[in-house]
Amino acid sequence: MFLSLTIAIKHLRHRRRQSLVSVLGVALGVGFFIALAALMQGFQGYILSTVVDVSPHIRIQDEYRTPRPQPATLAYPHATLINYRGLRPRDERRGIREYREIVEALKKMRGITFSTSLSGQAFLRYGTAEVSASIQGIVPADERKITRIERDMSSGSFDDLLTAPNGIILGQTMARRLGVSMGDSLTAVSSRGLTMRVKVVGMLATGIATIDESMAYMLLKKVQILEEKPNRISDINLRINNPDDAAALALKLEQRFQWKAESWKEANSGIFGVFTVQNIVMYSTVSAIMVVAAFGIFNIISTIIHEKTRDIAILKSLGFREKNIRAIFVWQGLIVAMIGVIIGWILGYGLSSALAAVRLHIGGMIESDHLFILWSFWHYGLAALFSITAALFAAWLPARKAASLNPVDIIRGVG
Amino acid sequence: MQKSPLPSPLLDVKNVTRILSGVVQTTLLRGINLSVKCGEFVTITGPSGGGKSSLLYLLGLLDRPTNGEIFIQGQATSACATTELADIRLQKIGFVFQFHFLLEEFTALENVMLPMNQLNKSTFEERQQRAEQLLTTFNLAEHLYKRPDQLSGGQRQRVAIARALANAPALILADEPTGNLDTKNADIVFKAFRKIVDDTGASVIVVTHDMELAKRADRQIHLVDGQIVS
Repeated sequence: MFLSLTIAIKHLRHRRRQSLVSVLGVALGVGFFIALAALMQGFQGYILSTVVDVSPHIRIQDEYRTPRPQPATLAYPHATLINYRGLRPRDERRGIREYREIVEALKKMRGITFSTSLSGQAFLRYGTAEVSASIQGIVPADERKITRIERDMSSGSFDDLLTAPNGIILGQTMARRLGVSMGDSLTAVSSRGLTMRVKVVGMLATGIATIDESMAYMLLKKVQILEEKPNRISDINLRINNPDDAAALALKLEQRFQWKAESWKEANSGIFGVFTVQNIVMYSTVSAIMVVAAFGIFNIISTIIHEKTRDIAILKSLGFREKNIRAIFVWQGLIVAMIGVIIGWILGYGLSSALAAVRLHIGGMIESDHLFILWSFWHYGLAALFSITAALFAAWLPARKAASLNPVDIIRGVG
Repeated sequence: MQKSPLPSPLLDVKNVTRILSGVVQTTLLRGINLSVKCGEFVTITGPSGGGKSSLLYLLGLLDRPTNGEIFIQGQATSACATTELADIRLQKIGFVFQFHFLLEEFTALENVMLPMNQLNKSTFEERQQRAEQLLTTFNLAEHLYKRPDQLSGGQRQRVAIARALANAPALILADEPTGNLDTKNADIVFKAFRKIVDDTGASVIVVTHDMELAKRADRQIHLVDGQIVS
C-alpha cells in the first residue's frame, strides 16, 4: 500500500502544475460549499428560531378544518341516503366558548405549557393618525411561558399590562407611524364599533416586520370587552418540550377537541417551501462545482495514466498486481482531494468570516445589519465527504482501466 | 551472491501455441517445446517477426498460451489467476527489456529497490543494502542517487539488470537488452549475464539479433515463423 502511495506522490510531484489546478478545483468546491451552506443555513436557522421563538408550537384555533357533521349524520353514521337541502350555518359569534374544558384537559397532559388568547382587529387612533392593528388579548403569566416575544420588547414588559388600566403594547414600527411613545394614550376602535382609551405601556422590536408593524397586546379581559366576546377565546397556544413532535400532537388534539390545531411547521409551510427551493439551488450549484472538480481529477489521472502506460507495463512485469496498479491512481485522486479539502476548509472558513463581517442594512420581512452565518463542523465534514467521494469515483474509473492494461501490448507499442 | 538450490528443470514448455485472434487470426508460435535447466544461459535468435519476443512474454507469464502448458519449477501456470502469475513474476522471474524501462521519477537505487519493496520480505535497510550491493557489482556505485535521465544508455541498462536481480529470481528474461547499445556496452551487458549465471545459478534467456553475442551463451535456440528450427 505504501509503495503505491509513494509512486502516486512521485507521479503527482512530477506534474506539479496540473496537480495544483486539480487541488484548487477541489478547494474552491469545498470552500464555496462551506460558505454557501453557512450563509443559507444561517439565514434559515435565524428565520426558524425567530418563528419558533415568537410563535407557539401548536395553536388551537376557533375554526374547524372541515364543517361539523350534522346531527342526523352522527345518529346514522352508516346511512347512505341522508340528503340535506337548504342548510344554513348557525349565525354565531366566533370563538371557543367551552375553552375551560379544553384547558382542564390540557392541564392533565404532561410536557405541555399553554396560554389562552383572543385576537381581534381594531383601529388605533392618535390625533389624526390611524392604523389597523391585530390586537392579541393575553394572560401575561401564561403568555410568557409560550412565546419569547417579551424578550424582544424594547421597553416595558407584559406585567405592565396588569398595573396600568387599559394598557397596550405596540410594535415599534406601528408606534412610529402613529407618532406615539411610552405613556401616551390613544383610542382603540374595535370591529364591533366599541371604543376604548388605551395607554402605551410597552414597545416590541422583534425584527420581523409583520409583527412590528401591526401587532398589539392587551389583557385578555380587555380584548373580550372590546370584541364583545365575554368568556370566549380565539386561540389556545401550546408549547411542548420537543418542537419536532408538534405535528403529531396537533393531529391528536384536533381529533379530540374538533377545533383546528395547527403545528408551527404547518403554519409556516410557505417558509419551508422556500427553504427547500433554496437548498435545492445551493446543493445544485455546489454539486456543479464538485463535478467540475471531479472532472479535473479525472483529467489529471487520465493524463498521468496516458503518460505512464510504460511504467504500468514495467510494474506489471516486476510482479505488481492489478490492485496495486489501481491503488496508485486511486491514491492520486485521494491525495488531490485531501489536499483540496484542507485548503477548501481554510478557504471556506475565510469566506464565512468575510461574509459574517459584512455590514449592510436588510429591511423588509427581516431587519438586520449583518448576514446570518451558521458555524457548523457538519458543513466541513459534509464538504469533505462529498469531494472525497467524487474524487474517488473520478479516480477509480481511469485507475480501473490502467489496471487492466495488457503489458505486452504496451511493451510491443514502445518497441 | 549465493547460488540458489533450484530443482531441475527450471522451465518446461510443452507444445505451446500462441494465436492472436482478431479479424485475421495470426499464429505467433506453434508447437513450442523447450526445457531450460537451472544455471543455463540460453539465447534465442531468429529473424524479425519470428516469434522471439512473443515466446519471451509467454515464458515471463506476461501473456498466456492459446494451447500448451508452461511449467516453472514444476508448477503449471496456464490455470493460474492473474494475481498468482504476478506473484510468480515477482518472486521467480526478472525482466530486462530493450529499452531500459526504468521509472524516471525514481533514482537508480529506488528503481532497484522497487521489486524488493513490492515483495516486502526484508527490512528497508536490508533492501537498500542489497540494492547498493547490486549496483556496485555493475560498477554503478557512484550513480546510486541519479535519475535515469542523468545516466548513459549502458548505465541505465545495467540498472535495469540490477533491478531484475533484486529478488534473486531463478529466471532472468531479456528482450534484446543490447539492441540499443554500442559494442562496448553490449559486451559489458553480456558479461553481466554470464556473471549472473555463474555466480547465482539463475538461468538467463536472452533474445538477440546479434549472432556473435548469441554464440557466447551455453545454448542457442533459433526461431523461424514461430517454430524452433534448431
